[in-house]
Amino acid sequence: MSSTNFDVEYVAELARIKLTPVEIKTFQSQLGHVLEHVEKLNAVDVSQVEPMAHSFQIYNVFREDEPREGLDREIALSNAPRQAQGLFIVTKVVE
Amino acid sequence: MEITSLTVHETQAILRSKQVSPKEVIETLGRRIELVDPSIHGYLSYDLNRAVSEARNADVRLPLGGVPISIKDVINVKGHPCGCASKILQGYIAPYDATVIAKLRAAGAIPFGRVNMDEFAMGSSTENSAFGPSRNPWDTTRTPGGSSGGSAAVVAADEAFAALGSDTGGSIRQPAALCGCVGLKPTYGRVSRFGLVAFASSLDQIGPITKDVMDAALLMNIIAGADPCDSTSLDEPVPDFTANLEKGIKGLKVGLPKEYFIEGLDPKVAKTVRAAVEHLQSLGAEVIEISLPHTEHALSTYYIIAPAEASANLARFDGVRYGFRAKEVSGLLDHYGRTREEGFGPEVKRRIILGTYVLSSGYYDAYYLRAQKVRTLIRRDFATAFEQVDAIVCPTSPTPAFKLGERTSDPLSMYLADIFTLAANMAGICGISIPCGFLEEEGKQLPVGLQILGPELNESTVLQVAYAYEQSTDWHKMKPSPQD
Repeated sequence: MSSTNFDVEYVAELARIKLTPVEIKTFQSQLGHVLEHVEKLNAVDVSQVEPMAHSFQIYNVFREDEPREGLDREIALSNAPRQAQGLFIVTKVVE
Repeated sequence: MEITSLTVHETQAILRSKQVSPKEVIETLGRRIELVDPSIHGYLSYDLNRAVSEARNADVRLPLGGVPISIKDVINVKGHPCGCASKILQGYIAPYDATVIAKLRAAGAIPFGRVNMDEFAMGSSTENSAFGPSRNPWDTTRTPGGSSGGSAAVVAADEAFAALGSDTGGSIRQPAALCGCVGLKPTYGRVSRFGLVAFASSLDQIGPITKDVMDAALLMNIIAGADPCDSTSLDEPVPDFTANLEKGIKGLKVGLPKEYFIEGLDPKVAKTVRAAVEHLQSLGAEVIEISLPHTEHALSTYYIIAPAEASANLARFDGVRYGFRAKEVSGLLDHYGRTREEGFGPEVKRRIILGTYVLSSGYYDAYYLRAQKVRTLIRRDFATAFEQVDAIVCPTSPTPAFKLGERTSDPLSMYLADIFTLAANMAGICGISIPCGFLEEEGKQLPVGLQILGPELNESTVLQVAYAYEQSTDWHKMKPSPQD
């Protein structure tokens, strides 16, 4: 692994977060330090080790596929910044 | 004695004997908050009228009947705001109860207020709250720790009888230590996460922050158990967590991990914790030095896995379905980018970016997969140790409460605040922090926490050790004077 390829501006775009020029500069340096620190993990021999996906032995959990009460539409929409006619209003996607 | 200085079980007793009514309890709490909270800023909001009207219907015969429990701003309580101390959830009103809240209500408790935290539980001081930090009741120029710093501060300042917090890397235990409270992180899966706003889903657990060990056990009795709404919750029998409290610790084996007494550990904290360990010995515990060889890698592992999971979980904050939305956007990408720019604070942005990077194409194996393998090694360390000992004791935090502003410009130094608590989350085991003494800084008495870790599903053992220590010491009875 290498932190030298870390480009905060590009990754922020992937994460859909706009950054100010000041933030780009600060985060680049701060996260660069964090990445340098985590590179210590390169020293650990993990060749014979399985990754841990869950901290407990847990297998697929099933339930009966029965209808249940869900959120009422009005309540589900009540927190939306914009809504009309029982729908969320989304910023225009296609030109 | 003021009602607000009582524990949950003491409050229950006077409610049941009708010395006070649930309404009086709430009203007294309201006056205490008015008096103290201007110096603490533990509450983001609370609705006294609503609580009073709920108190009128309270059934004091129920296990927590009529007792208000303060709630971290990351847990959904129907009809209350749930903002995660973030601007991006401004105006959000929870449309449903988290499972822990439904369980508290069924036990007669009154979910009360929204307590402050680091934004989305990311931080160790509450300084990442979009609404300003909380202050440590023992010295208001210092942080209460975090991320559940508001929960710990209001309990320590007697502005709450008990509180719920959440712990992803130490967010219950570290603030409990810094404020002189009891804080329990249950085994991963012991308590349902349904209705807890997700930060790092493989690490998050809800747990109690209380004035004594009995209260922690009582709250665990209510909130623990499998939940069909959380498929990671464990379908295991829930014991009576108070059952072992009085058993004492004679003959119990307690491990002292040598990797936790390192450079960077404040010498006064080390001395206080060592004295606590000697006290456990005097109570009949056998203390054995143990080794957890991968301890030094817990921090790096955590700062790959937690941001990675956070970057996925926080993708839902898009300004469409709830919360804040940027104004006058020029298109969809601008809508997302600016909503998240204006809605999230700096630490949340840093972690989302870090998480996105370690999961991005070409880096996944090098960072995330490797970290998940190291996590297996950390878990094995604990499994090996628990073959020899019943519980592990160590400091909760390497330092006492630090000054507000001291670490905000250097994220890495802030991350080190959790260096002794992270490993339990990585391994999925349970742990508690209890007060074990005080040290003096600049003329102020600051609490020190003793961390007791146990194997998965062994909260009862951890509580047993904690109770034996607490009942033979007076640290939990000390009270700060936050208005001075």
